[in-house]
Amino acid sequence: MATHKTERGFSKKRHRPETLNFSEQHPSMTEQTDPADDASWFRDGALASWPICFGYIPIGLALGVLANQAEIPVWAVAMMSVLVFAGSAQFICVAMLTAGASIWAIIFTTFVVNLRHFLMSSAVAVHLSGLRRILLNLFAYGITDESFAVNMARFRRGGWDFKRAITVNQLANLAWVLSTTSGAVIGQFIPRGAFGTDYALTAMFLALLLFQLHNMIYVLTGIAALVIATAWYIFIPGNSYIIGASISAATIGFFLKRYQDSRK
Amino acid sequence: MNFSDYLFLFGGMGLVTYLPRWLPLFYLAQRRLPQWLIDWLSMIPVAILCSLLAPILFTDQSSRSLSLGKPEFLVAIPTLLFALKTKSLGGTVLVGMGLYWLSSLFLW
Repeated sequence: MATHKTERGFSKKRHRPETLNFSEQHPSMTEQTDPADDASWFRDGALASWPICFGYIPIGLALGVLANQAEIPVWAVAMMSVLVFAGSAQFICVAMLTAGASIWAIIFTTFVVNLRHFLMSSAVAVHLSGLRRILLNLFAYGITDESFAVNMARFRRGGWDFKRAITVNQLANLAWVLSTTSGAVIGQFIPRGAFGTDYALTAMFLALLLFQLHNMIYVLTGIAALVIATAWYIFIPGNSYIIGASISAATIGFFLKRYQDSRK
Repeated sequence: MNFSDYLFLFGGMGLVTYLPRWLPLFYLAQRRLPQWLIDWLSMIPVAILCSLLAPILFTDQSSRSLSLGKPEFLVAIPTLLFALKTKSLGGTVLVGMGLYWLSSLFLW
């Protein structure tokens, strides 16, 4: 995975290296033509986005099935995927709705969970400077962990531009809306918990977590969050453990990194 | 919940999701964030994921008490190993679901 580590080590490499290598072998990817004059932007974007789209299908189906079991109507699932387009937040929303959480608690949790995109947006901004603001506004909608990882790798290699990058974003978005909606439709025929769908969210979090553990500081931050969240969850009612433990553990990790840097 | 409840909920979620994706792109185009903020934000994904996982893996969620050695935790170990080996998000989700399903059939 060392090939797509970003300089500051916060890379989001949720896509598979072997699938990325496949597209890297494509001839159009190695040519250093002026991207603006190149008419093959859609094909380039589609080739780069297919690993994301493929990865979204099982997760999207699982989300749709869970939403269906939570008695969220099919049209509402489609509306959620179009308006929100953030996988883990949508899973949490379904879980919180099932648990009877308030709308404001869900919106606030979504905000905290998706704050991480602030960092990705900052990093991708460097490659989109000078672009018209209306285009920036459109691009921001599609910044996810996965599209960020793929687009940043392409931008750094060169021959990548706004049109190719937003093609990646929007094809991933299309795959997400279609697979979540399909899951909600199919879900009506699948009994609750069948085929381990109850574990889909946990498995996704486990994989995303593993991909984040770049060095010992992140491992220690994770352990701190596990301990604090477990204790917070047991002793304090409600859902505040997510925000409380996240902010506490991130702060601990931050000072651990400061301490490590100061000893260099 | 009716149409307007869902519209309000998802509209609100969409807005708070869009803002952090949009703000840096719009205002910080070439400027860099202060290093301390970058460092702190880089810890957030790991911290959030562990906070979300902790009660699922280590507690009984109906009584909100400590519960070690749950099937959710035991299945997590091979699931993590699969993720480590393959780096595949979709594959890990499918394997985790499959193992959890098998554990419910054979172990408990």
